[in-house]
Formats: sequence, C-alpha cells, structure tokens
Amino acid sequence: MDDSNVTDREAPAGSDHPLVVGGMTLASRLIVGTGKYSTFAEMGRCLAASGTDCVTVAVRRERLVNAAGENILDHIDASRYALLPNTAGCYSADDAVRVARLGRELLRDMGSSSSEWVKLEVLGDRRTLLPDPVGTLAATERLVADGFTVLVYTSDDPVIAKRLKDLGAASVMPAGSPIGSGQGVLNANNLRICLEYLKEDDPSYPVIVDAGVGTASDVAVAMELGADGVLLNTAIAHARDPVRMAEAMRAACLAGRLAFLAGRMPRRLYATASSPDEGSIARLRS
Amino acid sequence: MNAETGAEVTITVNGEQRLAGAGSSLLDLVEALGFAGRPIAVEIDGDVVPRSRLGERAVGGGERIEIVTFVGGG
Repeated sequence: MDDSNVTDREAPAGSDHPLVVGGMTLASRLIVGTGKYSTFAEMGRCLAASGTDCVTVAVRRERLVNAAGENILDHIDASRYALLPNTAGCYSADDAVRVARLGRELLRDMGSSSSEWVKLEVLGDRRTLLPDPVGTLAATERLVADGFTVLVYTSDDPVIAKRLKDLGAASVMPAGSPIGSGQGVLNANNLRICLEYLKEDDPSYPVIVDAGVGTASDVAVAMELGADGVLLNTAIAHARDPVRMAEAMRAACLAGRLAFLAGRMPRRLYATASSPDEGSIARLRS
Repeated sequence: MNAETGAEVTITVNGEQRLAGAGSSLLDLVEALGFAGRPIAVEIDGDVVPRSRLGERAVGGGERIEIVTFVGGG
C-alpha cells in the first residue's frame, strides 16, 4: 500500500470469520446498549430486531426503598445475550476497577459465561464524556492483571489505542464521536490509523467502534473502514421508531461488513462513464 | 464497633446512614433490606464480598457498604 494515500483497509482474503473477543465468538457484529428505552418491553423488541447477541449493562446502586420493582435482568434472556457490564460514570481508575469487580460479582452470581468481561470507561469530563486516557491506561493494566477481559472505550487517538492493546486489552473500542452525540464517525482517518496500528501484526485483533452512532449509515461507515464491530445504544433508543431503527442497524452492519470484504473502488476526482463511448449514435449538426 | 455491649452500630448503605445490630452480617443486612434472591453485588469499604460469603462478614461501625445491581446502560 502507498502510505501517502488515504485508502481504506483491505479485507483479508477468503471467507469472513465471526467476531471473536477474548475467546468468545459473537454471532453479530453489533453490541447494543440497554439504556434509555422507554420500557423494558421495547428494549427487548429492539435487542431482538438488532440481531445482537451481546448487550451492555450498567452497575448502579439498588434502591433501598421500593426495590421490589422489576429488574432489567427479568427482561434479558441471559442464554441468548452475553452481558457486558460497563463502568459508565466512573471518573477515576479506582472507581472503574471497583465497578468492574461489582459487575463481575453480579455475573458470577448468575453463572454467566461472560463473567470476566468488562466494557471499561474511565471518563475525563462530564460535558463531553470523553475518556481520560491516563486513567483508562491505569485501569486497563489493573483489570487485565485481575483476569478481566477488557473491552476498552477510548478516543480515536491511535497512540493511546496501541498502548491499550499493548497492556492486554481484549478489544480496543475507539469512539466515532462523543457518547450519545449521534454525530457518527467524525474522523475516519484516525479510525483508519487505529485499525492499521492495532491490526498490523495481528489482523484478527478486534476493533469495535463504540459511541457516536446516530443512524444506520454511521454503522455502515465504521464497518466499511474495517472495524470488526460497532457498539451503540442511543441511536436505537432515541429513534422515533426504535424497533425499526434496530432493524436498520442490523442491516447497516451487515451491509458495511460486506462492502468492506468486497473492497470499494478507488475514489476518483473526475467522472468515468459507465456506458461505452463506442457505438454512440452520430451527433446532429447544430 | 461495640459488639461487646450488644449495641447497634452506624453503617452507611448506598450513601444512607442506618443502624445495624452489632455483630450482624452482610447477609443479615441484605435480608433486612429485602434483597435476598435479587440480583445484587455487595462491596464493603471498597472490597467486593462474594455472595456466598455474605454471612461470614460482620458489619462494623463506620463501614461503607454499596449494594448494586444491573440497570440499562450503553
């Protein structure tokens, strides 16, 4: 490849392989969040429509009063969906490690097959919800040492992405744009570089675009760039018709993956006619 | 902790102060709160206590306990 050109990553030859993260095979390349739905029933319909088999959940205090209400686990079939607990809302490595361990204990108590999994978020700023790279690196190191399979939310900075992989993260998950912003992939070139860096000696290393998806084409763009998967939540939950959007995300993920595998044509500045010049009828004199 | 007096101790559970019988266990607390059989995880002063060991861990005055579950999230 000519390094001076902006080109999309080339798919490995041969048939596609399923997404494998930390030794677990996922049938779908979409990981879907369970937040912000108006009802648990709607969430359940959306998860089904998205085709996902891995969903994120958050760890929060149980209510001391009136705790008899329904639990989200009553509405997620744990035999169908792998549960991926997040550390959302943590602003220090210490808190993220504590929340990861609490999530692990919840999963172990359920007998979950994904009990060592964590979606690590260490946030740096409440307005942007951008990751704190220093805290994220520290928490990754500690959680990997503690036996976790760490799927780590990070910015699209290729240098940090590489550092996280070197620390043993099972998947690096660069953001397309800020969490819940719906701005899609803002810097495709950074994602291209992240993909090159993370996969150069290790093509099967899973890179998942996490955060920022606003609509189906954003998922397709991420997948066309060569991401192994996309993690999203708000784009489905806050669509006017969430179930239909979940279906759109499923189709977009598949379309983007197929387009990546197929390999796009090069971008050209000028037009090239699709119909032959030869055999065109004679021009009339004006 | 005032176990020898049989008095109650003040603990903090999910940010709220409450009294617990001196020498009572985390399992006693979980049951008193109605969380038995619910999906929860318990941390005391920063350390997770596995569910199977909640009965072995006595609560002490001033200890901070977090009882969490899963909620929707991205």
